[in-house]
Amino acid sequence: MSILADPKDVLHEPPSARFIFISLIIAFLLYLLPTSGALLFLRVELPLLVVLYWSIHQPNRVGFAIAFVMGLLVDVSDGNILGQHAIAYTLAVFLVLVLRLRILKFKLWQQALHILALLLVSQLLVALTHLFLPSTFPGWGYFVASFFGALLWPVITFSLEYPQVLAARARND
Amino acid sequence: MVTQQPEFFYRGPSPFVRLLFFSVLALAIMVADARFHTLDMVRSAVATITYPLQQAALAPGDIVGRIGNFFVTQNKLQRENTELKQTLLKKSEDIQRLSLIEGELTSLRKLLGARDAMTERSTLAEILHSGRNPFRRKVIVDKGVNENVLLGEAVISADGVLGQVTAVFPLTSEVTLLTDKNQAVPVMIRRNSLRAVVFGNGRDGTLDLPFIPLNTDVQNGDILVTSGIDGTYPAGLSVAKVTNIERNAIHAFAKITCTPLAGIDRDRHVLVLTNLTAGAKPQIEPEPTKSATGKAGKSTPSRAKP
Repeated sequence: MSILADPKDVLHEPPSARFIFISLIIAFLLYLLPTSGALLFLRVELPLLVVLYWSIHQPNRVGFAIAFVMGLLVDVSDGNILGQHAIAYTLAVFLVLVLRLRILKFKLWQQALHILALLLVSQLLVALTHLFLPSTFPGWGYFVASFFGALLWPVITFSLEYPQVLAARARND
Repeated sequence: MVTQQPEFFYRGPSPFVRLLFFSVLALAIMVADARFHTLDMVRSAVATITYPLQQAALAPGDIVGRIGNFFVTQNKLQRENTELKQTLLKKSEDIQRLSLIEGELTSLRKLLGARDAMTERSTLAEILHSGRNPFRRKVIVDKGVNENVLLGEAVISADGVLGQVTAVFPLTSEVTLLTDKNQAVPVMIRRNSLRAVVFGNGRDGTLDLPFIPLNTDVQNGDILVTSGIDGTYPAGLSVAKVTNIERNAIHAFAKITCTPLAGIDRDRHVLVLTNLTAGAKPQIEPEPTKSATGKAGKSTPSRAKP
């Protein structure tokens, strides 16, 4: 399932725990970049995308617990009620674990369509939990972020796979 | 535990069981946080741990801003300096008059046997970023518990009231803006001392002034100032300007829309006001001045919905 056509580049070894950890931290850091106004609608849930990538490719190492913790981190940094993103991320990880073997058979842009559905479901859940709180629905533009996130899926896959490919090449040489 | 299944194949509880477990956990956390506010410690701890990341994420914008500042022309600086000097002169005149009036007020209050007016301490803070949550209207400022910022304190900018501190962390705190949904501020109209409560409606740049009867004396352009009834906001701070009044006889109340005077887009620096007499019972307000019609001095019950 490597993105690179070279048959030498098949990934035999799983990535190190450190690499997974750093990728999650970077995703969270990019998510924290200050945005306001219309840019908020393009704010991709990068932590969720990276968690989804790892739960597709390393389901034994990244799953519910990490998704839950990332959700809590996002909630604190956004000033949400604790648990709003945690529950949304948990549901997304559940769906991706159910669809995992199916998703892996597809090409990247077809995978992106699956990811789009998952992102929409998680955004919908966050919006639903907001209904019980004194908050304002920001308009349907809110869901644009999911489409943008799905567009980023090939980029995410490439940037998480390429370092592994490089590491594998270094080991083979 | 002895199982028939080899250890190698055992992968723990099924995804569905895990989903149930984590969903219930998340729901419990949500209820505990929203209803009972028992998780403020957790929130504070997480905010402190992620503080370096937050700062790192702000760095690129900061650097761009600094480079921009470096290339400011001398001409612009001089112009700004002149303007500031003029403003200072005007303000110092105001302050001189204010100290006179304050003295007068204190002696009058002594005569009436009323408590002293609120005294405040203020902390200068800088807005780190506007909240990234499209559902809420919040900003994060760079002063927290370490600088004695407390929960519930009023936050003002040069133009007027900005909002209220709703979460404090060791190094930062979260300010909920007036425009956040259901955020209420007790106000009075400066022109005729009519009391009311202004509510945020969740949209940027507008506030609602509900429960005002149709025949009440409210005009376009009226300035709303805090009335100080709640003990949170000191009295007399500018809040908003009435921009639109719809009087329709089929409704019991007029539909009044206001525009907040302070905006987070205009100024990065804010003052957090600590009310040193906080926790005490609401102070006695001076009697509203009665106008010739005798109607304008009528006060609306705060917060209570009719």
